[in-house]
Amino acid sequence: MSRIDTPAASRMQTLARNPVMLALVMTLALAGCASKKNLPNDAAGLGLGAGAATPGSQQDFTVNVGDRIFFDTDSSSIRADAQATLDRQAQWLAKYPNYAITIEGHADERGTREYNLALGARRAAATKEYLASRGVPANRMRTISYGKEKPVAVCDDISCWSQNRRAVTVLGGAGS
Amino acid sequence: MLRRNFFRLLMVLFAGCGLMASPANALVEININKGNVEPLPIAVTDFLQGELARKISDVVAADLKRSGLFAPIDKGAFIEKVSNPDASPRFEDWKVINAQALVIGRVTQEGDGRLKAEFRLWDTFAGQQMLGQQFYTQPENWRRVAHIIADAIYERITGEKGYFDTRIVYVAESGPKNARKRQLAIMDQDGFNARALTNSNDIVLTPRFSPNRQEITYMSFENQQPRVYLLQLETGQREVVGNFPGMTFAPRFSPDGQRVIMSLQQEGNANIYTMDLRSRTTTRLTNTNAIDTSPSYSPDGSRIVFESDRGGKQQLYVMGADGSGQTRISFGDGSYSTPVWSPRGDLIAFTKQSGGKFSIGVMKPDGSGERILTTGFHNEGPTWAPNGRVLMFFRQNAGAGGPQLYSIDLTGYNEQLIQTQGFASDPAWSPLME
Repeated sequence: MSRIDTPAASRMQTLARNPVMLALVMTLALAGCASKKNLPNDAAGLGLGAGAATPGSQQDFTVNVGDRIFFDTDSSSIRADAQATLDRQAQWLAKYPNYAITIEGHADERGTREYNLALGARRAAATKEYLASRGVPANRMRTISYGKEKPVAVCDDISCWSQNRRAVTVLGGAGS
Repeated sequence: MLRRNFFRLLMVLFAGCGLMASPANALVEININKGNVEPLPIAVTDFLQGELARKISDVVAADLKRSGLFAPIDKGAFIEKVSNPDASPRFEDWKVINAQALVIGRVTQEGDGRLKAEFRLWDTFAGQQMLGQQFYTQPENWRRVAHIIADAIYERITGEKGYFDTRIVYVAESGPKNARKRQLAIMDQDGFNARALTNSNDIVLTPRFSPNRQEITYMSFENQQPRVYLLQLETGQREVVGNFPGMTFAPRFSPDGQRVIMSLQQEGNANIYTMDLRSRTTTRLTNTNAIDTSPSYSPDGSRIVFESDRGGKQQLYVMGADGSGQTRISFGDGSYSTPVWSPRGDLIAFTKQSGGKFSIGVMKPDGSGERILTTGFHNEGPTWAPNGRVLMFFRQNAGAGGPQLYSIDLTGYNEQLIQTQGFASDPAWSPLME
């Protein structure tokens, strides 16, 4: 899959991978067409920042920060694009210290079930370790692996598998 | 359901029939160690009398056919119409249609409501009875009696234990791929009598039988805590296995049923532990900065095969039951996983990933003699029939939407789809009832 490196574009990719956000983008795109304006090219301009998503809200985290990172096949290394996302997550979590998080580790379906449970756990652990290195206290983070059991993309080729190899940061209640 | 005395199944040999001659003395014999054997033509006549009797003989014939070792002859070709199951058949009538073996039976209802099922197995060319047995059971167990009769015929002719009176636990899958519901389910080995064992939205995976068939160990995500559980089949009682500080998964029983072996995940690493079910003590067997998982005991309990990516990618290793002498045994192209030791002890079955394909294969416990049985888009998770002769696994074809169960002969021939209501994965074959 080709990767576009501008921050806004990569954020759009992140958005497109999230069905809820995809719906939001679609709505905005339609609105944009109706008013015959060009779509703004960054999240704030889209009205998804201060306007649509209350700062410090779940939506703010998902849309403006990015709740998930992706991995290479059979790897738990935090890629450069993932580091950027996790850096934003760490900054956001420092700003809103009332949130605890659960990091969900996932694998694609091109592996065996038991190994993939461990691989998902390894990805979640690597994500947790990276966030800890960026100042997120360990006691605010828990991890869980779902192995290959919860794919988000369901096709049988690499375009889906690459979206399923992921770690998702889920905001929990206050403290932990 | 599985407790031995529940069925009150009584086997009585016909007196004075000179039964149970050893297979070596029989003319009708299948040597199943010769690779792809020509199936033995056998005539399974409708058991007398009535609908249930006929259904029982149909299940016997279906079992024998599905094994790939027998070719039941079309009933339309039969010449003799059997009216007295106690009389000697007209062997010429059966020889002329090349029925080398002949099965005749009778099912009657006793005064107390029980079924009495009798059958005789004849060697038509020798003109001799090979076997004659009778069984009593409750009418609702009619399929089970049929499987027991099929096992007796299989054993008498092949010289090896049958596997028809067995069950499969598996994961029944329903709903779309990105919102899949998974339940544990159990069914007879031929896909009949399926029923769910769990009903919740928690993910449940990898059920495996205890040696006495009364318990299952499996993994559940109940309470968002992925852990290994035990389930009593008869009572439905469940309990968590051990109190481990992390995800436990990939459980299996030891051959004596006294221990559960499994992986414990801590941060990025998985290591192998056992828990003694009586003393509740846990023992750590591996200690690596890697993923060690899918442990499976040798049938004598002295050794354990498992997979590890300690060398970079998933490979198979064998160690002593105490964790000593960890030795890599797989060296082919690709990666190897989900090893399962054969009940005979002579082979280890595995999943192999190579060149974007998933295969099921077997190798000897020292890693030699690797043989691939089937290859495709996704084949995973073999389990052995208790006679070590047949394997079951799950397969998902590209674009299929979900997995299904298949069985395959150790030779790589006779692949069969196991019919399930929805998608199915993670089959585990029960031991034979002793």
